[in-house]
Amino acid sequence: MKEKELLNELDVKIIIERLCQELIEHHDNFNNTVIVGLQPRGTLLKNRILENLSKKRKDIRSGNIDISFYRDDLRRREKPIIPNVMDMDLTVEGKEVVLVDDVLYTGRSVRSAIDALMTFGRPKSVELLVLIDRKFSRDLPIQANYIGKRIDVLEKQKVMVEWNEISGKDRIVMSNFR
Amino acid sequence: MSSLSVNNLLGIKYLSNSDINLIFSTADNFKKIINQSIKKVPSLRDITIANLFFENSTRTKLSFELAEKRLSADIINFSSSSSSVKKGETLLDTVNNILAMKVDIIVMRHPDPGASVFLSRNIRARIVNAGDGSHEHPTQALLDAYSIREKYGNIKNKKVVIIGDILHSRVALSNIYCLKKLGAHVSVCGPSSLMPINIQDLGVDHFSNLQEALEWCDIANVLRIQLERQNLKYFPSLREYSMTYGINKEILNRLNKHITIMHPGPINRGVELSSDVADSKQSIILDQVENGVAIRMAVLFLLAGKIKDN
Repeated sequence: MKEKELLNELDVKIIIERLCQELIEHHDNFNNTVIVGLQPRGTLLKNRILENLSKKRKDIRSGNIDISFYRDDLRRREKPIIPNVMDMDLTVEGKEVVLVDDVLYTGRSVRSAIDALMTFGRPKSVELLVLIDRKFSRDLPIQANYIGKRIDVLEKQKVMVEWNEISGKDRIVMSNFR
Repeated sequence: MSSLSVNNLLGIKYLSNSDINLIFSTADNFKKIINQSIKKVPSLRDITIANLFFENSTRTKLSFELAEKRLSADIINFSSSSSSVKKGETLLDTVNNILAMKVDIIVMRHPDPGASVFLSRNIRARIVNAGDGSHEHPTQALLDAYSIREKYGNIKNKKVVIIGDILHSRVALSNIYCLKKLGAHVSVCGPSSLMPINIQDLGVDHFSNLQEALEWCDIANVLRIQLERQNLKYFPSLREYSMTYGINKEILNRLNKHITIMHPGPINRGVELSSDVADSKQSIILDQVENGVAIRMAVLFLLAGKIKDN
């Protein structure tokens, strides 16, 4: 399997800082904002964003959402679905929600996440923040509001965001997996 | 392991330890969901489930139905009292007719032991045994063990005594299998006439004295006397049974420790449990009922994940 590094540790750091600045521009003091990470990998990015924002803004509300039971491919996938923890000890009623995920690809996970989110109330608005936007690969009409980097890769190529907590280094790699 | 090793839930004896733990960890997720304000997930929206109850049931049937509805499955219900079984149709014919209507999962309760095993050999749908005669009642055992795990953190080395009519009880057999697999010490207690011969071969001890059994255990799972399955007189009278094996506050106060009381329901108040015990803080009977829905959601979700279109 051939691997290519798209972004290194420093690139990722700069991108996250920029994304945080954009969030501050739009949400100012975050009084009515909830930041929600998608389990499992979006929550790691969400944690980084919260950590970064904490230098400038305190007490930002956040949660993690698990989409396992809201997916549309239970009978259609080869691998079984492994549920993660749903960690939403808050309501999103009337809140401005920012969904956070690592890679935006077909848009199906985000569709499921919006579905899952609605069980915690009716948000005022829902935005999407992603580290990587894979261009020209959407199955659904879903776009992100905050984008780390747009990339153009073939369908057979896989884009992986690696985190320090899991693989010892922050970086984004592309591999040919077929 | 992230998928069940079996395609049907016929009994606890066919499950591996990792299957049981997978069901528990999936049930943890569902327990959170059924405590949200919106208790429904769209997981099984393209799955159809038939609930075939050839024997009376209230709580198990309601619990399965609720679990199925919470998962957004389409469901059809059938009870033998109002069906063609009364007109002489065989089990296989009845089920094949229902399957012809494109049903994916069958939940079945049947008075004959082994009915669900027989069915699994002859049809393609996924089968969940909701109790077959005096054989097994796997979801009840899973929810019992899950409730113990919830209260104590784990099951290993816990001492559980199952009290009552062991001979006619599918709950007892499934519980013994399940708790033994998870490393608990299990004993049974009741009149010798209601003990299966060779019960010790399952690795359980038999207490004939209730007080001794309660002194020994951490958890007492109390069963109902199944008068409907008894075609002989196994003990002189319910009153006598109650005086020898009924648990009341006085008996519990005499113990020098705090034990947990469980009951699969329906309770015959004043026979196996007195009201003050059934409603006390020591009893986790209503937690069992709540956990039943989460466990059944987990089982159905995991089995549905194994259905492939072809």
